[in-house]
Amino acid sequence: MMKHPGLLAVIPFIGMLIGPIVHNSVTPYILGMPFSLGWIVLWVFLTSAIMALIHHLQSRKEGAGR
Amino acid sequence: MSIALLLLALAALVALGLGVSARSGHEMGLQQWTVAGRGLGTLFVFLLLAGEIYTTFTFLGAAGYAYGFGAPCYYIVAYGTLAYVISYFILPPVWTYAREHNLVSQPDFFAHKYKSKPLGIFVALVGIVALIPYLVLQFVGLGVIVEAASYGSIHKTASVLIGAAVVVLYVITSGVRGTAWTAVVKDVMILSVAAFLGFYLPIHYYGSITHMFEAVDKARPGFLAFAASGQSVSWFVSTVLLTALGFFMWPQAMGACYTARNADVFRKNAIVLPLYQLVMLFIIFVGFTAFLQVPGLKGGATNSALLKIVVASFPPAVVGIVGAAGVLTALVPGSLIIMSAATLCARNVVAPLWPQISDETTVLLAKILVPVIALIGAGFAIAGNSTIVALLLMGYSFVTQLFPALVSSLLPNSPVTKWGAFAGIAAGVATVVYLSLAHQTMGTLFPALPEMVRDLNVGIVALIVNLIALGIVSALTARRSGVALRDEHGQA
Repeated sequence: MMKHPGLLAVIPFIGMLIGPIVHNSVTPYILGMPFSLGWIVLWVFLTSAIMALIHHLQSRKEGAGR
Repeated sequence: MSIALLLLALAALVALGLGVSARSGHEMGLQQWTVAGRGLGTLFVFLLLAGEIYTTFTFLGAAGYAYGFGAPCYYIVAYGTLAYVISYFILPPVWTYAREHNLVSQPDFFAHKYKSKPLGIFVALVGIVALIPYLVLQFVGLGVIVEAASYGSIHKTASVLIGAAVVVLYVITSGVRGTAWTAVVKDVMILSVAAFLGFYLPIHYYGSITHMFEAVDKARPGFLAFAASGQSVSWFVSTVLLTALGFFMWPQAMGACYTARNADVFRKNAIVLPLYQLVMLFIIFVGFTAFLQVPGLKGGATNSALLKIVVASFPPAVVGIVGAAGVLTALVPGSLIIMSAATLCARNVVAPLWPQISDETTVLLAKILVPVIALIGAGFAIAGNSTIVALLLMGYSFVTQLFPALVSSLLPNSPVTKWGAFAGIAAGVATVVYLSLAHQTMGTLFPALPEMVRDLNVGIVALIVNLIALGIVSALTARRSGVALRDEHGQA
């Protein structure tokens, strides 16, 4: 993973879609929203964080390469 | 004239003013009109790309889909986020290649990468076909807004025509620079209007957002989770994937990418834009609030769910402000779409077939095509009764067919030949055309298959057909032309 930070990008796909797949139900509520919707919103935040991490790791790698 | 209509007219005038003033001082050659001389920084590209996303689709479509279908609307919050993840990796190489070869349009990219002029023309045609439903939905939205703001005194046909005329006027006066400026105004307005409505309406009617969802769940159990068949979880997953892959395949989205100053713009955007996506959430709240408060809308009428509840809850001045935000969300993307379709037609279809055509004539032809395309879009908008989301998904089914050929062209030593690219796109598009004209789904074609397969979005089914055709034809044509693929084949 450290060698290819880009591989981390698979996580949002799995994370975002797995929630409704394994638990298609209204409850429990997440962030005050029905389960699937709340789950997706949670993953929007996590995806942003993961992309920031990838960007950070990649630019550090590029910096080290120079 | 009501105060609401007056505010709409004001919004349209401000947009036109911004367009004209942004344009002054820049020669409007083809590069300026379409890619603004590739001189736009992070913020503008961000807004142009966001301008793509926050369209009438967001504003009216998402609310209407929540109102009419419930849980399936969740896909709208999910797909953009995943699309940005993809964009982080594919847009920088696309941008770099486009800049090195001085490309201004999406078909240029395919024609150049695969060294095939006919492929460029073909991609342009697919782009135009995909853009039509996208344009139609902007006009449907404009029609709904004008109709609501006039409190029914201006009917659908007149509303759509007025909307189309304003968009045409706007495109001819402003070009992409004007659009970027208007996008700033539009985004501020839509963000504040969406956030206000998304919090205010559920709290006003139910006390809190959670209470609103609980009331909906009680009134219609199962509405807030995916159905067991039809728009099931399998539909959700395939639709999210289809739209996430197709997101940046829109000709105007690729065009907007070319306006960036450097490639890192896209990587930074991929971090921030997912959060921007949450605006959709507010609109979905509004849709669910409307579900119990203004019941009874069916089919295409669900498009007006948001405006119906705004009209029912607020005085005309507020209806006017909401409508004005709506007009801008249709104007900005509508103008980009028409501009793209017109330039695709003139520059990527007519010009390659008629090589002696001068640059000036091409620009002129593109400008003449603007009102023609607008009329076609308006015609469909008046005649049809589709939900905004159904129109967008149809466009996506077409445009996503370009994804495999685009991504494989970015690979070093791509095994995909121009014939493979051609065959893949053609097979995918033909599948979409057949399935939508015949009103077929996997379920009606193959009722014996498991539910999971039957509910797949037809666009994803077409994408699979596309990949198979691309693989087979590439393998056949690579062997014939004797490219170094033989080794791989021997092993397989």
